[in-house]
Amino acid sequence: MASWLENEEILTRKGQIAMPYAWSVGEVGSRFLVGLRDEKRILGNRCDKCGATYVPPRKNCGVCFHDLPDDGWREVGPEGVVTSCTVVREDSPLAPAKAPFAYVIVKLDGADVGFMHVVRDNLEKLAVGVRVAARFREAREGSILDIDSFVIL
Amino acid sequence: MARRVAIVGTGQTHHKSHRLDVNGREMIHEAVTRALEDCELTINDVDAIVIGNMDHFESINCVDTWSVEGSGGVMKPILKVSTGGTTGTSVAIAAYYHVASGLFDRVLAIGWEKNSESDTTGAIITCSDPIWDRFSYSGAIPSLATEASAYMKQYGATQKDAARVAVRDRTHALNNPYAQMYNRPISIEDVMESAMLAYPIKLLDVCPRSDGACAVVFAAEEIAGKISPRPAWFKSCAARHTTTWFGDVDYDTGLLSLQRAAREAFDKAGIRSPADDLDVAELYLPYSYAGLKWIEALGFCGPGEGPRFIWDGNTDMGGKIPMNPSGGVISTNCIGATALLRVAEAALQVMGKGGKRQVPDVKNALATGFGGCWWSDVVVLSKDRPS
Repeated sequence: MASWLENEEILTRKGQIAMPYAWSVGEVGSRFLVGLRDEKRILGNRCDKCGATYVPPRKNCGVCFHDLPDDGWREVGPEGVVTSCTVVREDSPLAPAKAPFAYVIVKLDGADVGFMHVVRDNLEKLAVGVRVAARFREAREGSILDIDSFVIL
Repeated sequence: MARRVAIVGTGQTHHKSHRLDVNGREMIHEAVTRALEDCELTINDVDAIVIGNMDHFESINCVDTWSVEGSGGVMKPILKVSTGGTTGTSVAIAAYYHVASGLFDRVLAIGWEKNSESDTTGAIITCSDPIWDRFSYSGAIPSLATEASAYMKQYGATQKDAARVAVRDRTHALNNPYAQMYNRPISIEDVMESAMLAYPIKLLDVCPRSDGACAVVFAAEEIAGKISPRPAWFKSCAARHTTTWFGDVDYDTGLLSLQRAAREAFDKAGIRSPADDLDVAELYLPYSYAGLKWIEALGFCGPGEGPRFIWDGNTDMGGKIPMNPSGGVISTNCIGATALLRVAEAALQVMGKGGKRQVPDVKNALATGFGGCWWSDVVVLSKDRPS
């Protein structure tokens, strides 16, 4: 150790970058969020090539690599089946709910991909295979959290 | 021995200040689709993908995986390359390496940015050293303004000289419907009367912030001619980074990284007199003063001769060495795409696909990339297959 450090400490410089972002939701994503906000409907769209129905909807199919047709839009859910879940026990400022709550992947009725969301209540009944339904918030603003959570049926 | 490589297709979005109708991934898909259509390939023909942008502009740090639905990278080898302003030329050079190595026959290079999603200068600042440089001098404008004022002092160049460069690029953008500043010409008076940002840089001396993407298809020598009747052969490239400390730069010796990169790339390509041997140049000039000083580093004219060379019309359409027929960076700057747009536009010129912005009889075309802290990439494309 250098002798000058006997009575000093090596420094760090603290930083906390606060950068505001405004991410483009795009036309396709906006149509989905407006459906949640104004009609409490969950919209998906279907690839006319491979037949997969996506939710949230996609502008193009990643596998077939072509734009999804306008007539492929359809309502999915609001019920579905849990295909995976985990119960969160520790609070985090980044989490969308207060612990304990569960992250779930729901295969909504009529969709071919999983939909990620949360379950807040009756966690002891939560398991892969249980049926759930979307519960909408009263005050909706065009966000994925316009669905408050999924409730176990 | 490296294989010969050619560019066989290009695609770009219609660049705008805000593309709210698409997210970044969807915007990438537009450029990729257009590039594939240009060379009549499908995504199934693509063996590997190199993609790049600057992470902090969108706060998406794994763009390689996040973008696959748009890039076509589902179940393909895909790498992210990110080198700041030079990202676009870096993805082009990396795609060239992929094909030249013999490991891949058809490789897609993608550059993109959605500068509308954040504060461009705020994000650029995060590229510089957090302890020593970030508090004062980073971001796009301050370092460039210092370079410009040093150049003016050294050679007596004026703000009007620089304005002439901005007017040239914005005039050329009249021919490019993809440019953000398409059909928005300006005069020298407009530049001189625009707001002073940091002396001597005024608002119309600098690039805009753009949303846009670009994609370029590279192919191996055995198949390039079958894909495109007139491919743009990748003749040579070079990359040079100098310092990481802004205070270490010697402004009076010219842009050293560009001098060195150009020397190497021109030697490899057999370019002896750049103004004579090159037919068109698409240069990463993010502000007007670079159009005076950096063309000296490229050897188009001697030190201090930039202003005269510009005023004489040498770099206008129809001049000795037309620069930025696309309108250049001053007309469009979607940063991660910007240097790849230079390569794509140079390729368009070689392939004879420039439309209204085509320079006649292009044999050799130059593209450059620039990034801070004073990095440079140089790419030479040619109608002639390298020997």
